[in-house]
Amino acid sequence: MLELIAVAKSFGKTQVLKPTSLVLEPGKTTVLIGPSGCGKSTILRIMIGLIEPSEGTVKFDGVALTPGNIMLMRRKMGYVIQDGGLFPHLSARDNVGLLARYLGWDKQRVNERLEELAKLTRLPDGALDRFPSQLSGGQRQRLGIMRALMLDPDVLLLDEPMGALDPLVRYDLQEDLRGIFQSLKKTVVLVTHDMGEAGFFGDTVVLLGGGEIVQQGTLADMIHTPANDYVTRFINAQRLPGVEPKEVATS
Amino acid sequence: MRSIVSLTVFPAALLLILASIAAAETPNLPLVRVGSKSSIENVILGEMLTLLADQASGDARHQSALGGTQIVFAALKKGDIDVYIEYTGTLSQEILKGQRVRSDDDIRAALAKLDLVMSQPLGFNNTYALGMKADVAEKMKIQTISDLARVAKSSTDPQFKFGFSDEFLKRGDGWPAVKVLYQFDNVPTGLDHSLAYRGLHSGTLLVTDLYSTDPEIAKYRLKILDDDLACFPEYHAVILYREDLKDRAPQVLQNLLKLEGKIDNSAMMEMNTRVRIDHDRDVNVAGDFLLSKLKIETQSGEEKKWVVIGRDFVRNTTRHLLLVFCSLSAAVTVALPLGIWAYEYPKVTHGILGIVGIIQTIPSMAVLVFMVPLLGLGVKPAIMALFLYSLLPIVRNTYAGLNEIPANLKESAIVLGLSRQARLYLVELPIASRSILAGIKTAAVINVGTATIGGLIGAGGYGEPILTGIRLADVSLLLQGAIPAALLAVVVQGLFELLERLVVPQGLRLARGD
Ligand SMILES: Nc1ncnc2c1ncn2[C@@H]1O[C@H](COP(=O)(O)OP(=O)(O)O)[C@@H](O)[C@H]1O
Ligand SMILES: [Mg+2]
Repeated sequence: MLELIAVAKSFGKTQVLKPTSLVLEPGKTTVLIGPSGCGKSTILRIMIGLIEPSEGTVKFDGVALTPGNIMLMRRKMGYVIQDGGLFPHLSARDNVGLLARYLGWDKQRVNERLEELAKLTRLPDGALDRFPSQLSGGQRQRLGIMRALMLDPDVLLLDEPMGALDPLVRYDLQEDLRGIFQSLKKTVVLVTHDMGEAGFFGDTVVLLGGGEIVQQGTLADMIHTPANDYVTRFINAQRLPGVEPKEVATS
Repeated sequence: MRSIVSLTVFPAALLLILASIAAAETPNLPLVRVGSKSSIENVILGEMLTLLADQASGDARHQSALGGTQIVFAALKKGDIDVYIEYTGTLSQEILKGQRVRSDDDIRAALAKLDLVMSQPLGFNNTYALGMKADVAEKMKIQTISDLARVAKSSTDPQFKFGFSDEFLKRGDGWPAVKVLYQFDNVPTGLDHSLAYRGLHSGTLLVTDLYSTDPEIAKYRLKILDDDLACFPEYHAVILYREDLKDRAPQVLQNLLKLEGKIDNSAMMEMNTRVRIDHDRDVNVAGDFLLSKLKIETQSGEEKKWVVIGRDFVRNTTRHLLLVFCSLSAAVTVALPLGIWAYEYPKVTHGILGIVGIIQTIPSMAVLVFMVPLLGLGVKPAIMALFLYSLLPIVRNTYAGLNEIPANLKESAIVLGLSRQARLYLVELPIASRSILAGIKTAAVINVGTATIGGLIGAGGYGEPILTGIRLADVSLLLQGAIPAALLAVVVQGLFELLERLVVPQGLRLARGD
């Protein structure tokens, strides 16, 4: 499946990601969590080839990603960003169907797939024929997910997909998304800075700090057997209900 | 990217330019082509040459009012015209400058090397002169510039005022030369020529500079002071023609040379007066002169004014549209790929934007002076100049429109797995379409205005009546060009607003709330 082998990234002289290895468990959801600027997006962007790692390799099904094969590899992955990244000049339908049409699918096949995905993501009727600017934030995000799923990729990468939504919309979408991930058995990487969300989605939670992986496991592991004070402070800061803050040396 | 460029048509652009030019040029050239610079005097004499040439051959055309000396001389050298009226002073001081020509024989020798010939002088000498009101001059007993210098020295009269045009004040053969030679120590004021005449009339000025055939000399009853120390260079009018005219049309040449020595200063001034002050048509004035002075009867067909206006309007409109359309379509086909390149390759961004920016700053007159020797007269150099001026807005807006697309949208297209080309055509260009179209609109509107330079090089269009109107101080003629040009700009603007509805995707217009 997808794995990082000793991948590091520097911008100029600053190393934002120390050499990091990570294997994604097929069919499971891995959550990347950590404070802002710790390198979560950078890892995702390396996985989809938006940026190249300074060191190390990314392998997809055992094949190393290269500039030569990245375009084809991307078609086996779906990538969702905050607010969906929908193209303003295309209707919702054309946004979702763009790549499939480009690859030569006929109209009927595209439309059948669209109906299927609309049902799956519980997109309201009629939304497909509107333009992004005419849709709500939650609807735009559902379309972003439909677009990522269009070619039925093996891997889904989501970078704070719910970051811009208000709590009630966010709650519904979280429920729907987890249902989708589980029923489709996708290999998912989801970035968040919200521990509650991480626990809700994550089969595995990866806590990042200072450009490296600090602890990797279940949410319960982190609460009960934190690897160090940084983990404890991070958990305390989330004010999870039912979890008493633990003592740490003040920083 | 390479495929995009090959797709986008450098070859198509060239074809388009060539085809449109071929369509615009008149295929059957007349036997004799007369040119003229755009001053009243030169256009009258150009008409006169044309009448004479037509009488002898029945096949002559006047490329009237072709802008400045450089353009007309270049056209003569290139063979786009066969003959025009020039001045000996202009030949020695300007055209053959640097070749140290002094006498008329020097000029002839230098011209012979270019296969050009100059006739004997026509008679009048249109040089700088100093003039004052005739009655005042008589009262002050001033006949010559030396008299003036003497009186000026001894005068304490505060009214003793000199007012000269800025050109005369600056030119080496103008006031600086007079001042030294005649030893003036007055300090003249610089002012516009038309104001100077009024100043003389009202008495606030005593002396101004003139051209010795200006119609105002008669109108304001001015006296030209005798240049007794021969300070001003001589500007004798001559016929300048291509040597091959002798073999190609000997009869015509013989007829033209009948003008040698026949037009003196007062005759020329009278003709200038009839056109400039009385608004007679230049062709009639030229025909009358030939009839009365040379007993040569020529036909200058009289036509009803409205017929002429209507026919000219249709012709100018067609030509103006042709200039704008050809130059704009060529510019779009070249500028669009350039803008895409500038966006695509950061290394060439500065180069491309810099070069089209510099082109924009070259004055249109300079572009024409450069183009005429290469492309001749007519629509070709005009289209070329307009084409060059259209590049900047289109290149710049294409580049800016692509460059300002938010990074997350560009990345969304990348991560989908679209090829570079597909991203450009399916995502980036449509999103930038509003900006690109705005650039083309700007170019089109500017083009409608700039196309009036066509009047300077015989390309036609609304520039023709505008420039003639300016030359003749004929407001109604000027408006016959200026009003349609302004209306056309408005129409073009409107057309582009309609086009925007067709070209700019609905989603983008919704997103902006219009
Ligand atoms: N293109 C870039 N150039 C320079 N620095 C960058 C760039 N992209 C990200 N960074 C820096 O790398 C660090 C990690 O960024 P990112 O992966 O986006 O963090 P986050 O965990 O919040 O998603 C940040 O300090 C950020 O400023
Ligand atoms: Mg981030």
